[in-house]
Amino acid sequence: MSPTTADETDLVQLLTPEGERVQHPDYQFDGDDAEIAGYLRDMVLGRRLDTEATALQRQGELGLWASLLGQEAAQVGSARALGPNDVVFPSYREHAVALCMGVDPVDLLGLFRGVDLGDWDAEGTRFRNYTLVIGSQTLHATGYAMALERDGMVGNGSAEQDAAVVAYFGDGATSQGDVNESFVFASSYNAPVVFFCQNNQWAISEPMSRQSRIPLYRRASGFGFPGVRVDGNDVLAVRAVTERALDRARNGGGPTLVEAYTYRMGAHTTSDDPSKYRLADELETWRLRDPIERVKALLRTSGAADERFFADLAQEADDLAADLRRRCLQLQAPDLHAMFADVYAEQTDYLTAQQQTFREYVDSFETGADQQSTTEVSR
Amino acid sequence: MTRMTLGKALNAGLRRALEADPKVLLAGEDIGKLGGVFRITEGLQKDFGEHRVIDSPLAESGIVGTAVGMAMRGYRPVVEIQFDGFVYPAYDQIVTQLAKFHFRTRGRQRLPVVIRIPYAGGIGAIEHHSESPEAYFAHTPGLKVVTCATPHDAYWMIQQAIASDDPVVFLEPKRRYHDKGEVDESASPLPLHQAQVVRPGRDVTLLAYGPMVRTCLDAAAAAEEEGRDLEVVDLRTLSPLDTATVVASVQRTGRAVVVHEAQQNLGLGAELAARISEHCFYNLEAPVLRVAGYDMPYPPSRVEHQYLPDLDRVLDAVDRSMAY
Repeated sequence: MSPTTADETDLVQLLTPEGERVQHPDYQFDGDDAEIAGYLRDMVLGRRLDTEATALQRQGELGLWASLLGQEAAQVGSARALGPNDVVFPSYREHAVALCMGVDPVDLLGLFRGVDLGDWDAEGTRFRNYTLVIGSQTLHATGYAMALERDGMVGNGSAEQDAAVVAYFGDGATSQGDVNESFVFASSYNAPVVFFCQNNQWAISEPMSRQSRIPLYRRASGFGFPGVRVDGNDVLAVRAVTERALDRARNGGGPTLVEAYTYRMGAHTTSDDPSKYRLADELETWRLRDPIERVKALLRTSGAADERFFADLAQEADDLAADLRRRCLQLQAPDLHAMFADVYAEQTDYLTAQQQTFREYVDSFETGADQQSTTEVSR
Repeated sequence: MTRMTLGKALNAGLRRALEADPKVLLAGEDIGKLGGVFRITEGLQKDFGEHRVIDSPLAESGIVGTAVGMAMRGYRPVVEIQFDGFVYPAYDQIVTQLAKFHFRTRGRQRLPVVIRIPYAGGIGAIEHHSESPEAYFAHTPGLKVVTCATPHDAYWMIQQAIASDDPVVFLEPKRRYHDKGEVDESASPLPLHQAQVVRPGRDVTLLAYGPMVRTCLDAAAAAEEEGRDLEVVDLRTLSPLDTATVVASVQRTGRAVVVHEAQQNLGLGAELAARISEHCFYNLEAPVLRVAGYDMPYPPSRVEHQYLPDLDRVLDAVDRSMAY
């Protein structure tokens, strides 16, 4: 089969695009309606955050934005499978994962506004830093997973004591050496890591077929661990598949590659113009597979949610967006002088002197002095 | 005091670091049972186990990238890159990830990773086994770069590098692995980022590090027979440079010759010359001269003796400096 067509025989699906629950021989979703409604909320908030950030970029408030549009189910389904100790190593568009993990969404904007380099409480939230160099974080995730094992946090038999790592990356990243090396290391050391590939079909302008001649999930077998392809627009299936992979990792079973088969509905980033390289037909096909609409249909049919619920959710999303916008506009440029102190844990004398020179140079304008500093770099 | 080779001193220093802190881990290719291709980690896996002395798959980027991940969980990984010329597959992880994390997280994330690299030439090795990549790393903010020249420094500096909360590129002069010297295990060592005057002299300052320190000491001994009194400074730390020690020496002698195996263009010698001219302009009797590898890729080993700085080339530069 082609790597770019979803074949029913190898795609785990529990909720059809029409919103019907279907059975799968290996995977089931055991949650109740309230849980499903919670996922809907996560996805709607994630999409609204994304829409607002895109608008902020268009209005010049962000330098760039990487949209998650279309990937809400892949992100929410996987994030909601995480246990209390599990740690996420994201790429750079896992905004809905961040929301689920309690990252303040305004913190996601700093990087894109140019006021910081992606700074939030990565340790406390267990949502590590965004990584723009494609695939680099998969090695960090694997090393972190190796450390978990050394810390005795694998195979104790409970999600409260055990931990695993999820490494997020895209279809393009699977061509990177680091991703393949992380597969080798994780397999060799049996590290508790889930490789969660959001195959959104496009690496900027390059289609999936440029990265692989076989379906991505099948690559895992060559590295010696299981691979599974899940309907990435089906939040129930993603949740079930990721949960299984995480359980396996925490229990000492080693890595799993999950290929969440989805679609990048927007541009790669706000700098991109997908109309130059892909057909509108394709977009229409995927619009019918929308991850949010199918859950709404399910909740309507089952009677678990009424119009009031949807209206309240829409209002909550708008409130989140308004708050995000307000706080985004308050994000100020950092103090470059202070950043000299961030280069090293133990600042060098050379840098201290350079910091001092910078301060004196800046001050020479502010104090109206007519001569620049003559302070020398002393070391 | 114990007399041992530089290689054994590194081994002893690593052993002591492993004993002192359970968070210290070693990783690299062939470092376990084999003890590394230079035997620097010999016996350590046997004594500390496979969980702390880790044989890595043959992938340098993977070695450094996973070390970054382990450091994020509080470990202090010490990774071995088997040879200088094999560090480049890991260059991206070192420069893009390891070096930048502290800065991009505003100091939240420390990555105390040590990257040990046997480096430089003079051992008749084949291609990619004799290189001096220090300038690439010294140019990178966020990294610290050090190199040892004696067994005593090897023993202490590797422990200091491991104790550092910053990532350290630790360059080991492989042609000096078998040099013997006294190691004082009870001494209080010099700070890691401090240079040392290893031979005081009045006429010319020779600035060297790693394998070239002994070359310069030999040159100074030969020059003495001709009545010239050369000072030799072992830089020890390449990033940050200990400018103060260098400047103090050159202010005394008025002349400086920088000696390194690495190619001359934009090497450490260029930065040293710039700093000396900034701080010693009125003390200088001659321009700062450089004796370095020529600006070609490392040549075949049968001609490396012509390519590498040696005693005669150093003394030739001293002659030129004195003739000014």
